[in-house]
Amino acid sequence: MKTCLVVDDSRVVRKVARRILESLDFDIIEAVDGADALTVCRGAMPDAVLLDWHMPMMDGLEFLKRLRREPGGSEPAVVFCSAENKADRIREALDAGANEYIMKPFDGEIMIAKFSEAGLL
Amino acid sequence: MSPQDIDYFCALIQARSGLVLTGERNFFIETRLAPLARRERMGSVSEVVDQVMEQPTGALARAVVEAMSIQDTAFFRDRAAFGALGALVLPALATAKTDRLRIWSAGCGQGQEPYSLAMLLAEADYALPTVELLATDLSTAALEKGRAGIYTHFEVQRGLPIRRLLRHFEEQDDVWRASPELRQRVRWIRLNLIDPFTVPEGYDLILCRNVVNAFAPAPRAQVLNRLTQALAPGGRLMLGADEAPPEGFVPLPGAPCIYVRHAETAVEIAA
Repeated sequence: MKTCLVVDDSRVVRKVARRILESLDFDIIEAVDGADALTVCRGAMPDAVLLDWHMPMMDGLEFLKRLRREPGGSEPAVVFCSAENKADRIREALDAGANEYIMKPFDGEIMIAKFSEAGLL
Repeated sequence: MSPQDIDYFCALIQARSGLVLTGERNFFIETRLAPLARRERMGSVSEVVDQVMEQPTGALARAVVEAMSIQDTAFFRDRAAFGALGALVLPALATAKTDRLRIWSAGCGQGQEPYSLAMLLAEADYALPTVELLATDLSTAALEKGRAGIYTHFEVQRGLPIRRLLRHFEEQDDVWRASPELRQRVRWIRLNLIDPFTVPEGYDLILCRNVVNAFAPAPRAQVLNRLTQALAPGGRLMLGADEAPPEGFVPLPGAPCIYVRHAETAVEIAA
């Protein structure tokens, strides 16, 4: 079973994402911000990361940059999931090493399509 | 609505669009026509239906037929089929047709299909001849949307990978618009495949996907027959994932949903 780390400061978004991803046979780990997520990744790299942008402590972009510098940190497929919908900002996330990008709001169908694009399904 | 009313109304929709309504017909009619009833400032869907039954050839009837025919859709719907189109079929056609390549998206809906084709053409790393990309649909509203090329966040996330979105679309406030380069590749024309029309000729690739599967057998056969007439020798026909090819057509090896005349397969394999 593949593991997906869901990083979002919103409990509601984490819950929705968990429900969709569990139906796709992912094992879910949750983190509430980038710092929390980095701790999880240093323990064991997940197969996928669903990543919010704006969070307290460490935001998603900072987390992604640090993750990619970690040993084995290039392995997880990272799917950004943010209300940040400006083209320039999305480009910035891709340049930092994101594999795909979901613009909020999203639904299950979009999640499936994006995870397929990222080679996770 | 009484069951008799629903039967009558569904027969009318079928005659005008080929679409056969099945299952929860009442629910389907209600959800499809509620936005139209609001737009037309009518009290309810029943009122719309009543008026259409009184004037089955009026402007309202046409708007109703269009609203009933709208399909859920996505960019690059059936990813594997579009993958084969981009990697195998279009390059082969471009090699074979050095003067002009003609493509027809029949039943193009709101433009996701012709724009998916236009993206493949824009991304081609092989020599392309002049390409004519025709998009037709019975719905003027759908065509207008396609021509404008403006889609919501939700719509662009149906099937469009993020890198393609950034490459081919421009973000404008809260929507995304197909780039001018993409838009100028497509010619939009209103055409109801059920109505009599002069069948055009010489198309190298025709896409008619998830359109005729909702039709009754007779109009389905008629429409497919016209499309095959419009297909040039060596032309390819691309159908929806669950649709059977017309008689005399066989799957193109390695290309899901894409068919070729049976008599032409020998040449294909030899090539």
